[in-house]
Amino acid sequence: MTEPLVVLKDVQKHFGDLHVLKDIDLEIGKGEVVVVIGPSGSGKSTLCRAINRLETIESGTITIDGKTLPEEGKELAQLRADVGMVFQSFNLFAHKTILDNVTLGPIKVRKQKKAAAEKRAMELLERVGVAHQAQKFPAQLSGGQQQRVAIARSLAMDPKVMLFDEPTSALDPEMINEVLDVMVGLAKEGMTMIVVTHEMGFARKAANRVVFMADGQIVEENTPEEFFTNAKSDRAKDFLGKILTH
Amino acid sequence: MGEILSNYDVLAAFWGTIKLSLLGTFGALVLGTIVAVLRLSPVRVFQWIGSWYVNTFRNTPLTLLMVFSILGLTFILGLQLNTQDLNSNAFRWAAVMLAVYHGAFICEALRSGVNTVPAGQAEAARAIGLTFGQSMQHVLLPQAFRGSIAPIGSTIIALIKNSTVAAVIGGGEAANLMSTVIENEGSRFSVFLVFAIGFVILTLPLGLFFTSMSRRLAVKR
Ligand SMILES: Nc1ncnc2c1ncn2[C@@H]1O[C@H](COP(=O)(O)OP(=O)(O)O)[C@@H](O)[C@H]1O
Ligand SMILES: [Mg+2]
Repeated sequence: MTEPLVVLKDVQKHFGDLHVLKDIDLEIGKGEVVVVIGPSGSGKSTLCRAINRLETIESGTITIDGKTLPEEGKELAQLRADVGMVFQSFNLFAHKTILDNVTLGPIKVRKQKKAAAEKRAMELLERVGVAHQAQKFPAQLSGGQQQRVAIARSLAMDPKVMLFDEPTSALDPEMINEVLDVMVGLAKEGMTMIVVTHEMGFARKAANRVVFMADGQIVEENTPEEFFTNAKSDRAKDFLGKILTH
Repeated sequence: MGEILSNYDVLAAFWGTIKLSLLGTFGALVLGTIVAVLRLSPVRVFQWIGSWYVNTFRNTPLTLLMVFSILGLTFILGLQLNTQDLNSNAFRWAAVMLAVYHGAFICEALRSGVNTVPAGQAEAARAIGLTFGQSMQHVLLPQAFRGSIAPIGSTIIALIKNSTVAAVIGGGEAANLMSTVIENEGSRFSVFLVFAIGFVILTLPLGLFFTSMSRRLAVKR
């Protein structure tokens, strides 16, 4: 494995009395795809959000490409630009067209020229299959299309790593695959990805490693094949039993 | 009614009211936006200044602010906005006080608009690397403005009507002319009618305009 791109060391986080992240140690190498799986409330979203500092942590360190996450301010904004994030609820800018959603970051943060940003945005929209919707507004698109635009919006920033927090959980079943296909494509091209998802098909096809979380802790890590067929911990076996019998 | 219109320059007085209202509205929008940004900023001190502003000016009667601008600021502190001309000084202070007072309401209208914007919008803005200022400017405030057009419209209409309060310091234009007419002609029903109609002509189309804009510009989610 190459040098780690994202490193979490002894990360702790509470929400009031609730210890949501306990002693989290995790390294993600360049080009690695890590799937985070675990019961609802186990801290998966909080982990993702801590990595681009949408949530602060109390102790421990998080570094991205060797840089420790700075305090809120210009420097943090710059660092966030290098970390793409795709949300469960898409969060496209509702008042902007699809094209403007994708070009806002490149123009305002990367200081690209509008024409150049638009050209690249159209290429990305083409790639995720929504180029013909470029002039529409988010509310006019299906969930699957919106999520693909959200991926294009992240990609437009040329991120070093992308975080996905249950990207397909809010989608109707028939739209899940169109989003997963885009993600598998990204993984194949060598994008570093941290993906919170229960889609085992995606994990098997694209992930190098599965991290199982429960009650704020990383309970077990393994290759997808090993994890799904031969989980070691009782927590993981119990959890897999529940999602498999669905 | 006809003789009032021919003996007095009602149009000029209403033109003065329009100018006063325009200045006041412009100032109130600028102040209200600044104060709203203060109240929404992550910095405690800024939030504190913002809420102090709103609580102070929203709860002080406009008449007091007007009187204070002349008795307190102009006469006691010597702060004049026009040293040559007392009327113009009063007019300018009236515009400032209208802006200061209604700025507090614009701020609250905007904040209610911000509450219509889901938290995920701000998070997505931060996640692509926009700074606080940039996400305010490009993501939050544009949506907040659209979500608050109706209450902002009500505030502007209130401002136009409240411009009559400036009559207490002689900066009230239409309202001042009305007092003059009443002094000269007695308080006849037609006098009130002329000025009431004048204000309805100013505010009714605005009300319709804001209602239709708030529907047209509503952010679809
Ligand atoms: N902003 C918050 N304030 C208080 N508690 C929170 C907050 N966000 C999440 N939690 C709690 O932290 C725990 C972990 O949440 P989360 O990271 O969203 O879990 P997951 O994504 O694995 O379902 C849950 O119990 C949740 O209720
Ligand atoms: Mg979650």
